Amino acid sequence: MDIDMSLVDWSRAQFALTAMYHWIFVPLTLGMTFMIAIMETIYVRTGKEEWKRITKFWGKLFGINFAIGVATGIILEFEFGTNWSNYSWFVGDIFGAPLAIEGIMAFFMESTFIAIMFFGWNKVSKKFHLTSTWLVAIGANLSALWILVANAWMQSPVGTVFNPDMARNEMVNFWEVLFSPVAINKFLHTISNGYVVSAIFIIGVSAWFLLKKRNIVFAKKSILVAATFGLVTSIFLALTGDGSAYEVAQKQPMKLAAMEGLYDGKTEAGLVVVGALTPGKEAGDDKDAYIFKIEVPKMLSWLGYRSGDAFVPGVNDLVYGNEEQGLISAEEKIERGKVAVQTLTEYKTAKDEGDMETLAQLSPLFDRETSEGQEFYENYFRYFGYGYLNAPGDIIPNVPMVFYSFHIMVGLGFFFILFFFLVLWFTVKNKIDSKKWLLRLSLLTMPLAFIASQAGWIVAEVGRQPWVIQDLMPTVAAVTRLDASAVQLTFVLFAIIFTTLLVAEISIMVKAIKTGPKENEGGK
Amino acid sequence: MNRRNIFARVLFFYVDGFRNLSGWGKKLWIIILLKGIVIFVLMKLLFFPNVLNQNYDTDAERSNHVLETLTKSK
Repeated sequence: MDIDMSLVDWSRAQFALTAMYHWIFVPLTLGMTFMIAIMETIYVRTGKEEWKRITKFWGKLFGINFAIGVATGIILEFEFGTNWSNYSWFVGDIFGAPLAIEGIMAFFMESTFIAIMFFGWNKVSKKFHLTSTWLVAIGANLSALWILVANAWMQSPVGTVFNPDMARNEMVNFWEVLFSPVAINKFLHTISNGYVVSAIFIIGVSAWFLLKKRNIVFAKKSILVAATFGLVTSIFLALTGDGSAYEVAQKQPMKLAAMEGLYDGKTEAGLVVVGALTPGKEAGDDKDAYIFKIEVPKMLSWLGYRSGDAFVPGVNDLVYGNEEQGLISAEEKIERGKVAVQTLTEYKTAKDEGDMETLAQLSPLFDRETSEGQEFYENYFRYFGYGYLNAPGDIIPNVPMVFYSFHIMVGLGFFFILFFFLVLWFTVKNKIDSKKWLLRLSLLTMPLAFIASQAGWIVAEVGRQPWVIQDLMPTVAAVTRLDASAVQLTFVLFAIIFTTLLVAEISIMVKAIKTGPKENEGGK
Repeated sequence: MNRRNIFARVLFFYVDGFRNLSGWGKKLWIIILLKGIVIFVLMKLLFFPNVLNQNYDTDAERSNHVLETLTKSK
């Protein structure tokens, strides 16, 4: 496809910048609400004012994060309409329906239950206030569900048919879209990631109090809740990560190959635990893919296909094909994609010219209810997006970026489980305040939680390139033909605005933390 | 209790809540309002028009444009 690649790159960079900044705020909203609800539940059940003080302090930090982060996601929707108009139209109601539900849900949740959470102390009953806090937690997570369902559809488009008259994908099975295995795993993996980030945040801030020898009881109780919550959810995070990797293997094998730096597919494939890729390695060359690696034998085969003996395709198998394993080459897919695009072109020309005979011949090809339509879909239309690619190598994402991001995410994920276990162990033993090394490690772990979280999204989004919709629409076909300099301008504008918001968040939060929980706050 | 009383009580709940905002609460609301103006007024109007809605009046025209892009620029 002939297009100014700097426009594509700047549009992607702008979207990535917006999404990554937005994702700094979201995990804390997802996870802190649940821990605050747990703390308030303990307060309501025990009646101890200390727990009310704890609830109100973390509620305050949640409020700061919520206020700074709210509406940063709406910019992504603006970008869909401006920078990704072809994509926005092509996905049709697949994005429209979930985002509309999310918008309505977020509005009602934010305007009612959050208001009760902050304004309602001593104005509504304890139980009503507690219910509101739980509803804020549940609502925030359900709000995320709809966004993630839309994202999952892009990774694995199901429950839709393509309408050639409108150039749109139309939803025919809402439940298939909502409950696709990719959507379920993505939702559970993403929200549990938010829980882990939030638990680390609460432990880190509490550790600071213990290091300063301030608010000792408050800090220990906060750590107890956060470490318990963190340990459970970090194990759940690992389990959902396993589920996500399985789905990636089935639906996006190139992403899995990139995650592992696997160029030549093999049976009994090992999972790289630690490794370094050879710089400049290209598909089809003779270079060894790794400078060094330590791997768990058969683990990748098991992870992707639930059998230690299974064949895992590598980058070369997916680009050049592997007859023995029944994999067709990218060149063949490009040819089939071009047939699909050409057929759509002929359909449009016939429609424009009123050529009813040609229309009658071509219409059944776009109707999967007919045998011709099903055959055309299986052989050609499922490769529609390949028709816009210029060369087989275009299907390869940035392997080093995906590989290192994946290993940083997984490595830190397992470190977090160990971290939560140690923190919980010493808290239960009532020795946490004497373990200075662990308290300092808690502070250092806070940025690591955000790094792991962002790395996960890099794996998900960079790993699926060149596709915005897997196999159906590549990024080059999705972008609006704008002046690249205009996109550069908004990129800089966003960088300034978001950095300002981040600085505001950090400075207000640091001030609130330094002030600490008010001694008389519980009784108010 | 009639409906009016319920609405009045809800309204009072919000009014009272905003009236008794703490120092940091006021600061956060100023940030939310400023951010809202920047995002919804400045950004949306000046930098982020919906390209298809702005340039085409009907869905038929919009779909025709996207089809043109997808079929002519391969």
